[in-house]
Amino acid sequence: MYSPTIIFEALMNGLMLGAVYALIALGLTLIYGVLHIVNFAHGALLTVAMYLVWLASDRFGLDPYVAILVVTPLMFAIGYCLQRFIIGPASRGSDNGILLATLGLSIVIQNLLLAGFNSDTRTIATDYAFEIVPLGPLLLSLPRVIGLGVSVVTAVLLWAILNRTDIGKAIRAVAKEKLGASLVGINVAHVYAMTFAIGTACLAIAGGLLMPSFYVSPTTGAAFVLVAFTIVVLGGMGSIPGALIGGLLIGVVEAISSLFLGDSLGQIGIFLIFILVLLVKPTGLFGARA
Amino acid sequence: MLEIADLRAGYGGTEVLRGLSLSVGKGEVVAVLGSNGVGKTTLNKVLSGVQPARSGSVRFDGREILGTSARDIVASGLIHVPEGRKIFPNLTILENLELGGYCRPKRVRAGNIEKVFSIFPRLEERTRQYAGTLSGGEQQMLAIGRGLMSEPKLLILDEPSLGLSPLLVEEMFSLIRRLSDDGLPIMLVEQNVMQSLDLASRAFILENGSVALSGDAAELRGNPELKRAYLGL
Repeated sequence: MYSPTIIFEALMNGLMLGAVYALIALGLTLIYGVLHIVNFAHGALLTVAMYLVWLASDRFGLDPYVAILVVTPLMFAIGYCLQRFIIGPASRGSDNGILLATLGLSIVIQNLLLAGFNSDTRTIATDYAFEIVPLGPLLLSLPRVIGLGVSVVTAVLLWAILNRTDIGKAIRAVAKEKLGASLVGINVAHVYAMTFAIGTACLAIAGGLLMPSFYVSPTTGAAFVLVAFTIVVLGGMGSIPGALIGGLLIGVVEAISSLFLGDSLGQIGIFLIFILVLLVKPTGLFGARA
Repeated sequence: MLEIADLRAGYGGTEVLRGLSLSVGKGEVVAVLGSNGVGKTTLNKVLSGVQPARSGSVRFDGREILGTSARDIVASGLIHVPEGRKIFPNLTILENLELGGYCRPKRVRAGNIEKVFSIFPRLEERTRQYAGTLSGGEQQMLAIGRGLMSEPKLLILDEPSLGLSPLLVEEMFSLIRRLSDDGLPIMLVEQNVMQSLDLASRAFILENGSVALSGDAAELRGNPELKRAYLGL
């Protein structure tokens, strides 16, 4: 049996990793909640964000955390344009169309990355990657502490945007009542694109938080998004608090099952939960019944 | 104010509006009547720019609005309170009203909300309540309130009495009269024939996507043709 300190440390590690998962899931669930589709390009866009952070660090010598400030607006713009000028028009107003467009987009992006960067894994060497923050008897990894902090700030910011600004209220309005929104003069295509942009910007932040302790290759994003999708289902499709709580929960599950089953089997716990949720409570923790 | 000429629209192979023409003048309440499926809702959707027309013309305030965006139409002051209310159930009453003023400058918003509250005091009592939890009558009030937030020059009301109790229907019609007395032109689209004719100055009766009968509301009330087509008398 492990000592309580080790278990508690694993718990904290899980929470911190889960916070970054939650950030990825937040974008996915926001897009689902408003556009009513699973964005299949989410993983590929996370990979793009991670490469952009890597480029900023490799070419311009920016610290990955500083790079977030540059990559986030860039990813926001990319997300907006993708939805407004490619996914939206290509879907011709059908939800299936949007779904297929994002799937196609993910394949194109992944192959472009493969062509541009080949399949080597890239990392950013920082002098704080292995730094430890002592918290009482616990030793916590610095990048993960930062990851938790930045994720929390991002979640609060997102909440404020959705509840305090006109565009945020318009996003929530379009999610439930598209026709009503058009009739007050809300441009639904613009709101869709803004939603996609915000979801994509969340990926930029997640990418920046991951890069100091992780690597990127053209398929890296897919693994994270699989976990994020589990979180979205666990939390309830389209639910923002669900994504946050679900993210933290999944992070903890992964950390605990890694501790007991070994690193390579750590993700088993996640997918067991996924299947359990589908069997027992398909609407998720915070999901509204249709 | 609003002039519709030879309007045609439809979905796929079906033509719903077949050369419809009607008009609403300044300060007038015009009733557009007809049973289910004659094209009333399609007409409203075309007027508010969410459904394209095939041909014809719609002039509002001296300007052709066919083919312009829903947003431009709202901005020009042609406001449509849709059938089924279409309020935002997941937003609070206050947020619903705020979004009603989405196309108007923010500085006039607080004043407009006060105005809406003076017309619908019941909404003011529960600004933080989610709109989806309101009763049908309250939702209809909110829908009209949200429409008023857009500063209408002409208000289209689509079936405002639908699904309300007789008492609330009374209340709704007297409210529409009040709005009209304040000088707001209203196009009232209804299935509630007699009450609408009481309220309106003129009326258009639709059948099969075009106007079958039109004229002075008081005269139409006694028209045997209307009674035959409508009431089966």
